[in-house]
Amino acid sequence: MSGIFNSSIGRKFAMALSALFLMIFILQHFAINILSVFSPDTFNDVSHFMGTFWVIQYLLQPVLIFGVIFHFVMGFVLEIKNNRARAVGYAKNSPSGNSTWMSRNMIWSGGFILVFLVIHFIDFWIPEINTKYIAGDMSGLVDPNVADSGYRYYEELVHKFEPIWRVALYCIGFVFLALHLLHGFNSSFQSVGANNKYTKGLKGFGKVYSIAVPLGFIFIALFHHFNH
Amino acid sequence: MNLKLKIWRQKNDSEKGRMVDYDVTDVSPDMSFLEMLDVLNQELIEKQEEPVAFDHDCREGICGTCSLYINGRAHGPQTKITACQLHMRSFNDGDTIYIEPWRAKAFPVVKDLIVDRTAFDRIQQAGGFISVNTSGNTQDANAIPIEKEHADKAFDAATCIGCGACVATCKNSSAMLFVGAKVSQFALLPQGQVEATDRVLNMVKQMDEEGFGNCTNTGACEVECPKGISLENIARMNQEYLKASLKG
Repeated sequence: MSGIFNSSIGRKFAMALSALFLMIFILQHFAINILSVFSPDTFNDVSHFMGTFWVIQYLLQPVLIFGVIFHFVMGFVLEIKNNRARAVGYAKNSPSGNSTWMSRNMIWSGGFILVFLVIHFIDFWIPEINTKYIAGDMSGLVDPNVADSGYRYYEELVHKFEPIWRVALYCIGFVFLALHLLHGFNSSFQSVGANNKYTKGLKGFGKVYSIAVPLGFIFIALFHHFNH
Repeated sequence: MNLKLKIWRQKNDSEKGRMVDYDVTDVSPDMSFLEMLDVLNQELIEKQEEPVAFDHDCREGICGTCSLYINGRAHGPQTKITACQLHMRSFNDGDTIYIEPWRAKAFPVVKDLIVDRTAFDRIQQAGGFISVNTSGNTQDANAIPIEKEHADKAFDAATCIGCGACVATCKNSSAMLFVGAKVSQFALLPQGQVEATDRVLNMVKQMDEEGFGNCTNTGACEVECPKGISLENIARMNQEYLKASLKG
């Protein structure tokens, strides 16, 4: 067991586990965000719960941050290792005949997602951490001194999507997420050894997930931009 | 047909190689690709030039010796065939054809289009076998009941000829389709169970030591494999490896 993560298959397995965890997180993130379209009050309540419940904040959030960092670092490490496995390239290579663009360019789609994540963290996560843990305001209220001022989450979300440049940036980020997931979803199941009679159905579900979830995020960004 | 060939020429493993242009004329569409190279070599010999070195043996898609990267594809533009089964009718008059050796750190070029594929032998030696009692008490293999589905899948995996097209075509130079097939052909049968744990651990360890890359599941190997070895074998190897790691 000790050497498993030093082996090529062990690294694949670890990469796939972090991917599966992140895909569950993305789905959960989408499920909460879409509430902002249908019910701002419910979105506020759920956001406050997620932002203050200790299990999520102190146990799951660190796991998520570790998962994100691990996935990116491991992705880049594997890319470097894989490039070293072919010192001399082909004078003529036609990979489009045997594999998809998405499968061959995970490092690029992943790299753009990383850039997007940095922007996303600057937009939402860092201000949130600043408000709660540095300014010490855990109330979640628009004005912490006014008890009935209501939760701030919906207002902050809508405000962020006012500039069109940010909406465009987020849309581009989600397109890269879709491209990454179109290969990554099924690849993660293959890496953990799941290739069986359910694979065909899983591939179909993977395609729906990979397109529907990023498209849903794009819809949310556009909805708030054009409705406010 | 008249063709322009761009062929990788390299004197030996220590000297730098380069692409060299050759013109071949009056090529019959019914020639095999290797016959076309034979004709070129005959012309080169007659001109007192060094013929192009390339691997070949059975010339009927069984031995896995031929190993040419033709126009950017392992074994050429057709699927589920080896380079020796490729015919010139797959090309058009006036075409330019790139002919290169397999490219992988673990498959160093020996000369021109010949690469050293003994890394595969060492992986096989690490665990690609079963130990059978041959003292006279050997059980008849046909007397052991095996599920038809398992027997079929084991046979499919065993059709791997070890040509290395999977490594050559993989963007990461990964050997996981080859090793997956070799692990699977035993993992699916009762005869392979005794050494199952050691086999997969040792073969994967050897594969990593040889310098092959990591599989990223692009599926290119499955498409280019002349025997149509399925990606299912890589998933099975992953399962076997994880099981073995937990046991060991």
